[in-house]
Amino acid sequence: MALKDITLGQYFPGNTIFHRMDPRTKILLTVAYIAALFLCINVPAYLLAIAVLAGAVAVSKVGVKAIVRGMRPVLVIVVITGVLNLFYTPGQEIWRLGFLRITVEGIWSAVFMILRIMLLITCTFLLTYTTSPILLTDGLEKLLSPLKAIRVPVHELAMMMSIALRFIPTLIEETDKIMSAQKARGADFESGNLVQRARALVPLLVPLFISAFRRADELAVAMECRCYHGGEGRTRLRQLRFQSFDVLALVLAALLIAAVVLLGRLPLLP
Amino acid sequence: MEVILETKHLSHVYSTGTPFERAALVDVDFTAYRGEYLGIIGHTGSGKSTLIQHLNGLLQPTGGQVLFDGKDIWESKERTRQTRFHVGLVFQYPEYQLFEETVYKDISFGPRNMGLDEGEVDRRVREAAQFVGLTEQQLQGSPFELSGGQKRRVAIAGVIAMEPEVLILDEPTAGLDPVGVEQILANIHDYHAAHNATIILVSHSMEEVARTVDRLVVVNDGRIPFSGVPREVFRHGEELERMGLGVPQMTRVFHRLKAMGLDIDPSVYTIAQARQAVLDYRARKGAR
Ligand SMILES: Nc1ncnc2c1ncn2[C@@H]1O[C@H](COP(=O)(O)OP(=O)(O)O)[C@@H](O)[C@H]1O
Ligand SMILES: [Mg+2]
Repeated sequence: MALKDITLGQYFPGNTIFHRMDPRTKILLTVAYIAALFLCINVPAYLLAIAVLAGAVAVSKVGVKAIVRGMRPVLVIVVITGVLNLFYTPGQEIWRLGFLRITVEGIWSAVFMILRIMLLITCTFLLTYTTSPILLTDGLEKLLSPLKAIRVPVHELAMMMSIALRFIPTLIEETDKIMSAQKARGADFESGNLVQRARALVPLLVPLFISAFRRADELAVAMECRCYHGGEGRTRLRQLRFQSFDVLALVLAALLIAAVVLLGRLPLLP
Repeated sequence: MEVILETKHLSHVYSTGTPFERAALVDVDFTAYRGEYLGIIGHTGSGKSTLIQHLNGLLQPTGGQVLFDGKDIWESKERTRQTRFHVGLVFQYPEYQLFEETVYKDISFGPRNMGLDEGEVDRRVREAAQFVGLTEQQLQGSPFELSGGQKRRVAIAGVIAMEPEVLILDEPTAGLDPVGVEQILANIHDYHAAHNATIILVSHSMEEVARTVDRLVVVNDGRIPFSGVPREVFRHGEELERMGLGVPQMTRVFHRLKAMGLDIDPSVYTIAQARQAVLDYRARKGAR
């Protein structure tokens, strides 16, 4: 089924050091790596960034294939960014055709830009590939919890996010099932003009909405039966705990940023 | 007997190329004959639903073939679509597929998709409604105001109204009370008798299929270990137990009697057969 193949959340279960790392650490590492990327200004700095990420990918056992596949949808953006940088950077001209011209600086900035986007995407993939959606939300909630002081409903937002994430696969499965059931009665979702296709969706959407409301209702009742009353005084089954390798990873991230800044000061091209 | 539906070396793998890859069917050869009442039985997760969704072209095989009337149903797009009209499939919990304002309109969805004219659609809707015991008043009401059992019968009528030559039902009695179960089984039986249609009833309850079907196909772990008339299948009592299926209680009692040393036929599953078996045993004993 085509719908099933959309792996939302993209989590690839595993048991590597990356999978076991505290989600807060992974979120912080991702932020630190992105910061480091924007501080990269020359070849050695980029080489270091690439090496670090390649090492991380190898450790996580996610597989280059999965990353390449994930990259496909953003390929257009990457190419457009590269082309724009190639032609529109002022500097020492080496080729010209009408209003199009390529400069040495343009080539460098295109290469850097493409590298930067690809590294950025790969590192966020690494986060979502190795962290289950539920842990990711837990981590975000913990990291953002200081915002409670200024009355941001962090717990409620995180709860909404977990519920939404929890039900995406369920709803996809349900959509699949209802579609099959209506196809068995001769429904045709794949042909006809726009109006016909929109009308063909009614037998799918009506049952889907009914079932979503039913599920929401049941879930609300179930939560109330277990005395859910918001985040106040709530304890957790899974306590997030920093371990020694979490600290080590954060120290390494700080070193990476420092190294990138230092490399940027080397008098090398460009 | 004439073959109507057939699979040859049918295999299906879900989510190929991801960590969730799973072979749900492995090299399955399945046959259904015209006009028979066939039961498919297997444990939850054994691959029953996957198998039947191949029979009307809702799932495309990842290996092997599905033949309807001797021709591959994936030969052309048109043939796949036509197969869906000849092979009706009622999903598990079909009441969740209802969507129209009135019961009448919902039942007519299938026949209308077949491109039939108004008169023919009307005849089929009324006949299907009659099979499942819906009143004229209920036909004009909303399907969402009916009870669970009634909703399910509306959904079944929606497929019956297409008058398929093969009617497949995936666990049609799941979650119903005993009265509801009997009604549905009777409705299916009526359709079978009136149209001489092939019925394929999927179930995980031995008691239920043993009472109704002519022939049984056992599915286990994506394969078909055995098939045949119920008495033949029930001879494999121990293997069935190991698959988590078990045999009807009546059969179990007679298996036990046999194990106690009585020379008695252990493959019975109805009261009439049990009575006969006991009488036979006594006659033999008396003769000695
Ligand atoms: N859409 C699907 N995607 C992935 N795996 C599936 C899907 N549907 C079923 N399976 C798997 O295939 C196996 C057979 O399932 P199914 O045919 O539904 O069994 P049954 O109907 O006998 O309970 C199960 O292990 C199930 O987890
Ligand atoms: Mg099933």
